[in-house]
Amino acid sequence: MSRRLLTGNGAAAWGARLSDADYVPAFPITPQTEIIETIGGWIGRGEWDARMVTLESEHSMVAAAGAAAATGVRVFTATSSQGLLHAMEMVYTVAGWRAPFVMVNVSRGVSAPITLGSDHTDVMAARDSGFLQIHCSTCQEVVDSVLLAYRVGEDARVRLPVLVNLDGFHLSFTREPVEVPDIEAARGFLPAFDPGELRFLASKPVSQAVAVLGGGPYSYFRYETHLAAQNAVAVYDEAASDFEARFGRSHPAVEAYRSEDADVVFYMIGSFATKAKDAVDRLRDAGQAVGLVRPRLLRPYPVESIRALLAGKRGVAVIDQNLSLGKGGVLHAELASALYGCPDAPRTLASFVGGLGGREIAAEEFYEMARVTREAAESGRTPEPRLLYTEDELRELRKLQGIAVAERHDTGAE
Amino acid sequence: MKTASRILGSAFFREGFEVQDAPRYGAERRGAPIFAYVRAAREPIHERGVITRPDLVVVADDSLVSVAAAGVLVGASARTVMLICSNDDAAVWRERLGLDGPVFTLACEPAPDDEVRFLGAASAGAASRFTGVIGRESLEHAIREELQDLRPEAVERNVGEGLTAFDEMEAHAGCLSEGTIRSAEAYEDPNWVELPFEGVEISAPDIHGAATSVQVRTGLWRTMRPVIDYDRCNRCSWICTTFCPDSAIHADADRTPRIDYDNCKGCLVCVAVCPPHAIAAVPEQVAVAADSEEAST
Ligand code: SF4
Ligand code: SF4
Repeated sequence: MSRRLLTGNGAAAWGARLSDADYVPAFPITPQTEIIETIGGWIGRGEWDARMVTLESEHSMVAAAGAAAATGVRVFTATSSQGLLHAMEMVYTVAGWRAPFVMVNVSRGVSAPITLGSDHTDVMAARDSGFLQIHCSTCQEVVDSVLLAYRVGEDARVRLPVLVNLDGFHLSFTREPVEVPDIEAARGFLPAFDPGELRFLASKPVSQAVAVLGGGPYSYFRYETHLAAQNAVAVYDEAASDFEARFGRSHPAVEAYRSEDADVVFYMIGSFATKAKDAVDRLRDAGQAVGLVRPRLLRPYPVESIRALLAGKRGVAVIDQNLSLGKGGVLHAELASALYGCPDAPRTLASFVGGLGGREIAAEEFYEMARVTREAAESGRTPEPRLLYTEDELRELRKLQGIAVAERHDTGAE
Repeated sequence: MKTASRILGSAFFREGFEVQDAPRYGAERRGAPIFAYVRAAREPIHERGVITRPDLVVVADDSLVSVAAAGVLVGASARTVMLICSNDDAAVWRERLGLDGPVFTLACEPAPDDEVRFLGAASAGAASRFTGVIGRESLEHAIREELQDLRPEAVERNVGEGLTAFDEMEAHAGCLSEGTIRSAEAYEDPNWVELPFEGVEISAPDIHGAATSVQVRTGLWRTMRPVIDYDRCNRCSWICTTFCPDSAIHADADRTPRIDYDNCKGCLVCVAVCPPHAIAAVPEQVAVAADSEEAST
């Protein structure tokens, strides 16, 4: 094992290499491209024996990934933002094939307007597809999660594709110290994919994912896929325990940081969760019992762990780096549905939407979210959902609008 | 600057620090201003994103100081050390920018003709010395590691420049001080606002002015300049004008092609497609120098 500085993209590429993936269908998109460039370099120089094929779109890329996985080879691919959205038809389709492979998504806000900055609205769009989802908060987690993802997705109790998510820029282009496991140790944890009988061979053709006429059989197949996804909670726990035993790093389905005796808890996913840890430490220094609960596994949703970790808390500040237009933060809604009716559920779930399209979340904002949530828990009045947006930001925007208005005036439109 | 940040990050890492380094790209194009940041600590680093209160600011291109959008002074305070790669000296910059804190400069000599000069190694060398915790060997090792894909001579030259800058700044070793953490005890109100609903005529992301792209002088992005040799040009008039992806070549009534250098980005497509090879690619710096010589004679 060696500790070195790696970007999140570099870590994702290492995850693929240590997993001995056989086939890498690829299509470039910022901020993901560095992953396939790195892999392409390794394959090109003969350092890794795999086949990379560049496809003409993400839609074809995911179709190729699913088809290859159905033959029993190990497949790795990666995309981001609009690329994931473009692939969406095939994302749903290949999950229904029960073809396991790993796709890394480097989160980036979706259009329009266009941005390169990160948020999670892209990956939320794949939430209901049947892909499992693992969300990373450090570059270390990226390499480890790719290995975990294959172990879980390929398990006969699951057999589903897995998305490993990392944030654009804040992880993708950011170097951090990463322990890269030895290839032998990685193989010990993740042996070659054994598809068993469920494998397409030219000599032994099967028709996978055939047309189903009628809601009865259709419901059966869809619900079986749902049950398989739910099985992945237990399968993930097993895999994470084995991973910890072998590598000494713990990646529970839901991470809890100083939350045991906390009365107010931040609830969020992704790389900004490490900022929340800093905020928790500072708030603790200031005498406040604050913690962090962070699901790494978002699909399947580890409901039992979440309920247990939040039982008895007074308030939860749910921080969504995504926006379901016309509803609000997705994590908030999901958490509410998981906790509703539980006798010792927190009284207050305050909803904050922030960090959209690459916007940072400042330390002061974490402190303020903790304050608002604590007050709400005390008063029993849940605050309105809050977009993290400052006076300064609005002032800057007003300047841009001023230009737009002047332009329209000039062009005679007004 | 990405390279400089990686050299500094790697040097810190070799000295046993936890490190985070990252470039931040804006526009996806060559020559666009970029910046990068480095954090180092003895403990794992949980902070993320752009550094809002830097301990050290390194400016590799002194023309950026005056570009408001580059924001090189944002968050700088009296304890922030400034390092500017410039042929003007530190006193001039201190006065120009009204800075109270320590300012240092690194002179930039032009690179040998055929080499791209990386100010990265020199600025990382100086920055390493300022930290007071990075040794000469770690710096050298970091430069070699980060530049391993360059030609051996270029690596040696950069190692030399990095170490020279490191030695030059000996008197300022350890001039950097570590920033303090922002307490949650008394913090600045983030001043959140309620976003009001606004009509679609103002709240949709639209540009109303026509032909605004003409006003953006994309010619400033150019690193290579296409130059037409009119003795060789056979006035076909349609090939370069059609293939230029930026519509930056127009033909006069007599079919003579003219390049609009305000908007030519220097992609060199025209150079490749001209049948009689009448268009040459000249490094922009060389072309600019020739222009000013011409202007002064
Ligand atoms: S393509 Fe070449 S020959 Fe034709 S007009 Fe342009 S410069 Fe002249
Ligand atoms: S270099 Fe590119 S942009 Fe400039 S004139 Fe030639 S084709 Fe057009």
